[in-house]
Amino acid sequence: MADRLTRRCGRQDRRTDMEQDVLLQMTDICKEFPGVKALDHVSLTVKKGTVHALIGENGAGKSTLMKCLFGIYEKDSGTIQLEGKEINFKNAREALDHGVAMVHQELNQALKRNVMDNLWLGRYPKIGGVIVHQKKMVRDTKKIFDDLGIPMDPFRIMGDMPVSQRQMVEIAKAVSADAKIIVFDEPTSSLTEQEVEHLFQIIGLLKKKGCGIIYISHKMAEIKKIADEITIMRDGMWVATESADQMEEADMIRLMVGRELKNQFPPKTNHPGKVTLEVEHLSGMYSILKEVSFQARRGEILGIAGLDGSGRTETLEAIFGIATRESGIIRLDGKEVSNRNARDSIKNGFAMLTEDRRETGIFEILNVRENTTISSLNRHKKFGFYLSERSMRADTQKSIDAMRTKTPSQETKVRALSGGNQQKVILGRWLLTESEVLLLDEPTRGIDVGAKYEIYQLIIDMAKEGKIVIVVSSEMPELLGICDRILVMSGGRLAGEVSGKEATQERIMGYAARYA
Amino acid sequence: MKKIADVKARYADYKVLDRKGKTAFWKEAVVHNAIYVLILLAVIYTYTRNHRFLSVSSIVNIISLSAANIPIACGIAGTIVLTGTDLSAGRVVGLTACISASLLQAATYSTKIFPNLPVLPIPLVLLIIVLVGGIIGWINGFFVSKFHLHPFIVTLATQLIVYGILLMYMTINGNNGQPLSGLDQSFKDFVTGSVVSVAGVPIPNYVWYACVVVAFMWFMWNKTTFGKNMFAVGSNPEAANVSGVNVARTMIQVHTLAGCLYGITGFIESARISSNQANTGLNYELDAIAACVIGGVSFVGGTGKISGVVMGVFILRIIFVALNFLSINQNMQYVIKGLIILIACAIDMKKYLVRK
Repeated sequence: MADRLTRRCGRQDRRTDMEQDVLLQMTDICKEFPGVKALDHVSLTVKKGTVHALIGENGAGKSTLMKCLFGIYEKDSGTIQLEGKEINFKNAREALDHGVAMVHQELNQALKRNVMDNLWLGRYPKIGGVIVHQKKMVRDTKKIFDDLGIPMDPFRIMGDMPVSQRQMVEIAKAVSADAKIIVFDEPTSSLTEQEVEHLFQIIGLLKKKGCGIIYISHKMAEIKKIADEITIMRDGMWVATESADQMEEADMIRLMVGRELKNQFPPKTNHPGKVTLEVEHLSGMYSILKEVSFQARRGEILGIAGLDGSGRTETLEAIFGIATRESGIIRLDGKEVSNRNARDSIKNGFAMLTEDRRETGIFEILNVRENTTISSLNRHKKFGFYLSERSMRADTQKSIDAMRTKTPSQETKVRALSGGNQQKVILGRWLLTESEVLLLDEPTRGIDVGAKYEIYQLIIDMAKEGKIVIVVSSEMPELLGICDRILVMSGGRLAGEVSGKEATQERIMGYAARYA
Repeated sequence: MKKIADVKARYADYKVLDRKGKTAFWKEAVVHNAIYVLILLAVIYTYTRNHRFLSVSSIVNIISLSAANIPIACGIAGTIVLTGTDLSAGRVVGLTACISASLLQAATYSTKIFPNLPVLPIPLVLLIIVLVGGIIGWINGFFVSKFHLHPFIVTLATQLIVYGILLMYMTINGNNGQPLSGLDQSFKDFVTGSVVSVAGVPIPNYVWYACVVVAFMWFMWNKTTFGKNMFAVGSNPEAANVSGVNVARTMIQVHTLAGCLYGITGFIESARISSNQANTGLNYELDAIAACVIGGVSFVGGTGKISGVVMGVFILRIIFVALNFLSINQNMQYVIKGLIILIACAIDMKKYLVRK
């Protein structure tokens, strides 16, 4: 408590001597939803030309705070001042007009339209108020991207570009509106290391221009690198605001989770046995995948690293049969398995956790039980057609217990659960199919620190039971932390293999660049 | 007993809410039950204006008119759960109604379409009808699932094809499109006859058939793999595929089952209206879709209950009958029907919008 008091006082002092540089001042913001206090007297001060990191576990209230800023939610009390003037935006458009912009975690863009249309959407330059001024639009678009040092064709269709490029458009949009405050919500969650580097350069540029940047992220290393100041939130409350150089990674984690989190990874207790899965000459019909061969042992956690688009996801999809193979043989226990489609693969003992939980993983509007049992319905059949509610309930409970899923009931709709718990529901689904080989694509994406640890524990437990776990991840520390062996892919091919003990980020990066 | 405990628990939850929470609770309750509240008001109003509205004969009339529409609504509901729709339903009802009429005309009837055909056994005709409906449904499902066409387009096309076939069927043996009537007495008795009367008003048999359909559909939706797969596909087809659901087969099954149910509606309609022409069943699909939406089968996909469909059919029918009892001008009735569908959909969407 005393610790916290001194920190509060510290903040008071700084506020007085930096008064003139304050761009955005959110004071004592409260927001209540029926039954939940989402924000409890939260304050945030963003200064000119600085990056202010906002961190906290999922559900800590970061997004809610931002939504109050943008008027997506109406705050219950508190004040927001932009350059000393009180503001109260009604929607994101109004915020943009006042120079407050946001680069979303999930980009909301018109994918069928081109870069230019997206950039000026809703505020096209017009001639006589009716006709869109095409020439001016092209000119302005080019100028904005040139200023930012981003090579970009204004006529390129949005959907044809990788996420990183689309994000750049979003940043350009903020710049084009002369934004003073730019909020980045988990901007690097789907970027490769190089792209992150590029993004940071651009953020540096924006800083120089005098923008105030609010940077929301889960990645500690990134925050250490880029942030000037850090505000930590927990359970809807402000916990601390510190300058970044005074805070160590361990401090951040401690303040975020409210307890000491000594190890990021659970102890490895699995022991790889003999080779059971053999993949030979796997090539994709419609993907870049070329001649991938590897073996995996029973009880082994095998990582697949590589840059975005290097064929990691495609490898899993080809094995699971949801992408067409051009060639390739898959053997499990010495027997060749066909894995023509997902149904076939599940029968053969395979299971897959897809990269995009919301798009291809969960059934948002169905409940936990329906989400858990969907892949193993045949086991609950009586007389060949009647589904026994009781046996489904029992199996669901089994999977909830095994995964330690936190859910109010089996009837709770899955969309009401947190990302980590949704992931556990999907893992539980595959527990019930008694699969031998688990293909996990980005198992901890968008999940907070505490829940990540639990997912790692589950992965290790499953390997310990003798399952083969193949993990694809963009986060290298994660692969280094839990894998026995790491395959590195590059340009659709297998570029190298490192054992978990001797793997370093540098070695992996070296392989990843081999065919890129 | 469990229900009572549930209500008690919910009341306890309610009691601990503060004033703001209570307001929110009632707002929620009104949004979720608005359609029932409105219907109650409408019934009371109509009753005060015309007491015959709630007489036994009027109520039986509402029930039997609803019953005739229940199979088609149950069929369409499945396609809506898959985020699709089915525009061919009405025409399939027309075709199947005319086929059943043609196969079940009385032997003595002078302008019989198949003069030499004896009166076929009713179960055989029912089987043929269900098969015809099922085949058309299967074709719909096949194109929707295998070619990834939107059901709107597919059924728009099949609807035309079915109508063309129906018109051709009506000209067989020089019939020249004359309405098919003179149905065999056994057929009429089977469908529109009555074994139970309430206060002297006979309840037609097809009400019981509708009950069987409802029970069967409830079972299919809630207690079979087919039902679970249908909701999964409607909720997220990609995830369903990854989870090992045969998405294409599920879609075909839903459409085929829907087609079979249109056949049953056609069979009932055939005997009910007794003079079948090419325009029989016209626009039935629209009423059925409206009933589904009013009953909470959302176009969002993946949600809906058979009980909702039944409620929707009843509500729509009560409104239609009430409008007649209030002797509202026929043209105005269309306007009011349209408004009701709009309002019902708006209320329905409110449930699924993420509250901010």
